[in-house]
Amino acid sequence: MIRFDNVSKRYSEGHDALLGVNFELESGEMAFLTGHSGAGKSTLLKLIMLIERPTRGQVLIGGKNLARISASQIPYLRRQIGVVFQNHQLLFDRTVFDNVALPLQISGMPLKDQGKRVRAALDKVGLLHKEKENPMALSGGEQQRVGIARAVVNKPAILLADEPTGNLDPQLSAEIMQLFQDFQNVGVTVLIATHDISLIESMPCPLMELSHGRLIRSDMDALRSTSDE
Amino acid sequence: MNRRSREPESKSNRSAKSSGTKVSGAKTVESSGLKLFSAWWRHHRSSCSNSLLRLLESPLQSLLTWMVIAIAVALPAGLYLGLQNVQQLGQGWQDSAQMSAFLARGAKPRAIEKLQAKLTKDDGIAAIDIISPSKALAEFQQYSGLGDALTNLDENPLPTVLVIQPESAVNTPDALAALQTRIKANALVDNVQLDMGWLRRLHELLALGERIVFALGALLSLGVLLVIGNTLRLAIENRRDEIVVTKMVGGTNGFVRRPFLYTGLWYGIGGGLLAIILLLFVGLWLSNPVSNLVTLYESEHSLKGLGFESSFVLLLGSGLLGWLGAWLAVSRHLRGIEPS
Repeated sequence: MIRFDNVSKRYSEGHDALLGVNFELESGEMAFLTGHSGAGKSTLLKLIMLIERPTRGQVLIGGKNLARISASQIPYLRRQIGVVFQNHQLLFDRTVFDNVALPLQISGMPLKDQGKRVRAALDKVGLLHKEKENPMALSGGEQQRVGIARAVVNKPAILLADEPTGNLDPQLSAEIMQLFQDFQNVGVTVLIATHDISLIESMPCPLMELSHGRLIRSDMDALRSTSDE
Repeated sequence: MNRRSREPESKSNRSAKSSGTKVSGAKTVESSGLKLFSAWWRHHRSSCSNSLLRLLESPLQSLLTWMVIAIAVALPAGLYLGLQNVQQLGQGWQDSAQMSAFLARGAKPRAIEKLQAKLTKDDGIAAIDIISPSKALAEFQQYSGLGDALTNLDENPLPTVLVIQPESAVNTPDALAALQTRIKANALVDNVQLDMGWLRRLHELLALGERIVFALGALLSLGVLLVIGNTLRLAIENRRDEIVVTKMVGGTNGFVRRPFLYTGLWYGIGGGLLAIILLLFVGLWLSNPVSNLVTLYESEHSLKGLGFESSFVLLLGSGLLGWLGAWLAVSRHLRGIEPS
């Protein structure tokens, strides 16, 4: 579902953010991406979202080479990828419901269906009773869950998360992780960038570790070679 | 049995693949053309109404922008109206642009009759009035105050005069001059008098005025574009977070642009509406002195306002200006706002 072929990214200042990264995450897999800050985690996610384009190598999403996607097609790619941010990026000028409905409004879903989808997503993250509130009135954990509801309301094939538990306490973090696992269980491909080691160790998921732009550990390769045997 | 039960599933898979570009796993949305159109139409409607509501949420600020646009639109429109009024007034005066053809002294009555008959056939002439020397002398005696002195003259020094009223279609200086030459070509005619100096000057002044109005209109339209562009730049800056998030979850440039374009349209239409009201008040305020002045010139001209059609054109034009200003601002500033 997500495949990197020898991908390098050099920013215009000459800084190498990624160097020859190879990995493949198959449909329905869930993996962690870790590394020190500045190791290239965010850059890797940006390449999947086409916020950045690679300097070298190829990124394939669902078998589609992103190099062949023009600027005007980018929005349609992004509709198939749900993203959860550390600072959740909610809009405080509208209700929780409208925040979650935004991706559906963009894709032009009929209002009736929008209501059903939004409520299903809010129900999933346990915030159905807060749909009419302003996200500003919610706690940090609740805001993060609204962000997750927005990321999955479109039923994307891929779910990306950038430090989703960044400023949450361990118990809330565990709840959030459970949510991600639930989505994986229904077939969503999940990639979570985090440096929260304790969190990673509590989950039975493969791990990729970046250091100075290089992938120095990739459990997926190990998994594949064992399953091949 | 097993194979048959599997068939519909594989069929629906195939149709899902062909109907959309979605990566497998994403639920395929039935994207028939009609549905897409209705979604597009719905977003237009909501952008249209929401952007107006947004402007009304901060009424004072919006009113200020509207006033600036209204003044910029009303100024050239008002000048244009004034110009049109003067033009109409000028046409009224030209209708009374008579020519006086002085005939050779001692012209015989029969020759004069013949000339009159000939001139009456001219397309450029509406009416001819003959003032005989004796009648002219009597009038002159009556009005000049020289009555007694004139009775001492041995003979009547005045020639026969034909007062010629040109057709109303003959109203430009050139056409009148041509008519003058035609009349003068007759042997019996000594001289044709036509005061064209002021007519020429009026024409040139009106042509100059027209150019000034257009130049002013162009400059002030540019002003409106800049005002709306700058106002929208601020609006875009204020909604930067929303734009980033929208682009992040797959909003196209068109989707992001739409509300701002409608905001520009509303600025333009609101400004145009205020401009019309402004012109109406100025017109009412001026109508009395103008009609007094016009009466002094023995004309029945009354001040002409915008009228329904011109008001509509003005509204449309300022709305279009608003939309265009928004386009310029949005295409310049939205490109710079990308998720990072």
